[in-house]
Amino acid sequence: MTPASDALLSAENVSKHFGGVAALNDVSFSIRQSEIFGLIGPNGAGKTTLFNVLTGLYTLSAGHITLDGHAIHGRKPSHVTRLGLARTFQNIRLFANMSALENVMVGCHVRTRAGVLGAILRGAGTRAEETGILQRAHELLSYVGITKHSQVLAKNLSYGDQRRLEIARALATEPKLLALDEPAAGMNASETATLEHLLQTIRADGVTLLLIEHDMKLVMSLCDRVAVLDYGKKIAEGAPAEIQRDPQVIEAYLGGSVT
Amino acid sequence: MNWSKLKSDRRIAYVAFIALGLVLAVAPFLVGAGLGNGWVRILDFVLLYIMLALGLNIVVGYAGLLDLGYVAFYAVGAYLYALLASPHFGLHLPAWFILPLGALAAGMFGMMLGTPTLRLRGDYLAIVTLGFGEIIRIFLNNLNSPVNITNGPQGISMIDPIGAGGASLSQSFELFGMQVPGIYAYYYLFLAMALLVVFISLRLQDSRIGRAWVAIREDEVAAEAMGINTRNIKLLAFAMGASFGGISGGLFAGFQGFVSPESFNLMESIMILCMVVLGGMGHIPGVILGAILLTVLPEALRYIGPLEEFFFGRVVVDPADLRMLIFGLALIVVMIFRPAGLWPSKVRRREFSSEAEVLAHEQEALYDASK
Ligand SMILES: Nc1ncnc2c1ncn2[C@@H]1O[C@H](COP(=O)(O)OP(=O)(O)OP(=O)(O)O)[C@@H](O)[C@H]1O
Ligand SMILES: [Mg+2]
Repeated sequence: MTPASDALLSAENVSKHFGGVAALNDVSFSIRQSEIFGLIGPNGAGKTTLFNVLTGLYTLSAGHITLDGHAIHGRKPSHVTRLGLARTFQNIRLFANMSALENVMVGCHVRTRAGVLGAILRGAGTRAEETGILQRAHELLSYVGITKHSQVLAKNLSYGDQRRLEIARALATEPKLLALDEPAAGMNASETATLEHLLQTIRADGVTLLLIEHDMKLVMSLCDRVAVLDYGKKIAEGAPAEIQRDPQVIEAYLGGSVT
Repeated sequence: MNWSKLKSDRRIAYVAFIALGLVLAVAPFLVGAGLGNGWVRILDFVLLYIMLALGLNIVVGYAGLLDLGYVAFYAVGAYLYALLASPHFGLHLPAWFILPLGALAAGMFGMMLGTPTLRLRGDYLAIVTLGFGEIIRIFLNNLNSPVNITNGPQGISMIDPIGAGGASLSQSFELFGMQVPGIYAYYYLFLAMALLVVFISLRLQDSRIGRAWVAIREDEVAAEAMGINTRNIKLLAFAMGASFGGISGGLFAGFQGFVSPESFNLMESIMILCMVVLGGMGHIPGVILGAILLTVLPEALRYIGPLEEFFFGRVVVDPADLRMLIFGLALIVVMIFRPAGLWPSKVRRREFSSEAEVLAHEQEALYDASK
């Protein structure tokens, strides 16, 4: 299978073993520019593991991954982020004792340059850069809708706001591809609706999205294509409507009780 | 008018700033006149320890890397100065050259310590850094044979005082017809260096690098995932912190005229760490306060012996024991009543108070459940 030429990210035959357990087994897929790609599967299917492999947090056991033409497997996470793949975490990992604003400012780190000497001398260049960072951080907070909490410590934000702050922080790294691990987890219906709108805006602004989500309604309405993982294997891929009808997928979700 | 209003008033801030400047400018003369020249010397040491504590604060307070061997960098700076400016090797290089070199060398040692410990955190890092500090000290103790480099436990003496162009800070000088001893001149040099260190700390704190350090302290995995090269940024913290230690070491050697391995033991590392923690980790004014108190307090407690004699006519308890006892007690009391330090940053105060609230709620819930 050759990846489509317009693929932003393509993963080929990716495997990840933990001891004897194959958390990912020969998984291949590719994500096209500007689409919203859904990744679903039952608990423990290997979705988060796939994220960790893509973003360099885990080293893969086998396979190739390219992002926009660059091989990213075997790279450090910071390098992968620099190349344009940012992520959020299933179990929120904000900088708890920094304010919302500072969290986003940290996200700007990778696109800015000032070093120790620049910081100490604080010349015109560094000052301009700092002003830019501050402005960008404010913009991103308002983009995700939490401007009024800019000075609140991340750990004191509500759950939904923490998820949104994670998105803002990831966007600050100016990603080409944004990978979201269950962004709607723990949100109520109205928060989820706001989130759906936000994700559509992000896509419209030119960022491709990879989305792990258990909320099927959200997945079906938002995603252009969906891949399904089960026991570390990709068992289906296609448009949401096709996936819903796929017998293998239905079986995976109902745990074989249908057969 | 309350305190925050006072602080926000620019004119008052300005006046306070000038007043502080004046106090710092005349401090040694006030102290010397009131308490004697012994205390001027202690004042000099206060400034040295402020520099050391601020250096360690970068590693422990900002980047959250528990370093128990910090004194090693102090030793590197001190020995470098001693070797390059004493009769030991017959070298007498100028201070303006050795001091920056000491900072550089210590910074390199910082990276040397940092590299193998990059994957370690918390307790493990503490143990390895503790070992590193001891290794440096043991090296200094034993590098006297077969080739005599450090002169072993005897240490190196007759170190050149800090000076430039033939003039040395150790000589007493004349001011308004009074003979003023060298410790006064050193005070001004150390003050200038300490102010420089404070300035650098402040600048680093609100910078891209400073934020990256704090991010690593908060969550290293998330920091790396946000594109921060955690390896380099941690090494940078070690190197920066160490270079402050190296400078202080050089100043110490020139000031003291004598160095020996004994000055750089584990107790010294722990003392500097206490200054950082007791004052308020990551908060520059707090760390300065910690350094002042922990340098002055042990010295003040030396008066115990004479006091005992005054009250009881003889020495009842060994003053040295009592001194450590009171000192330890004071530390414990502070940490119980002010767990975030004596003068924590606003954020840390919130951090600790909200943790206490959560704890209180949990205990309430338990109480309710048991009813
Ligand atoms: N670091 C690890 N060490 C060992 N096993 C792991 C590790 N990370 C994941 N696994 C295993 O890999 C499998 C896939 O886990 P993963 O977290 O990727 O599932 P998931 O699809 O994200 O599930 P969920 O929907 O519950 O988040 C699980 O069996 C898990 O126990
Ligand atoms: Mg998961």
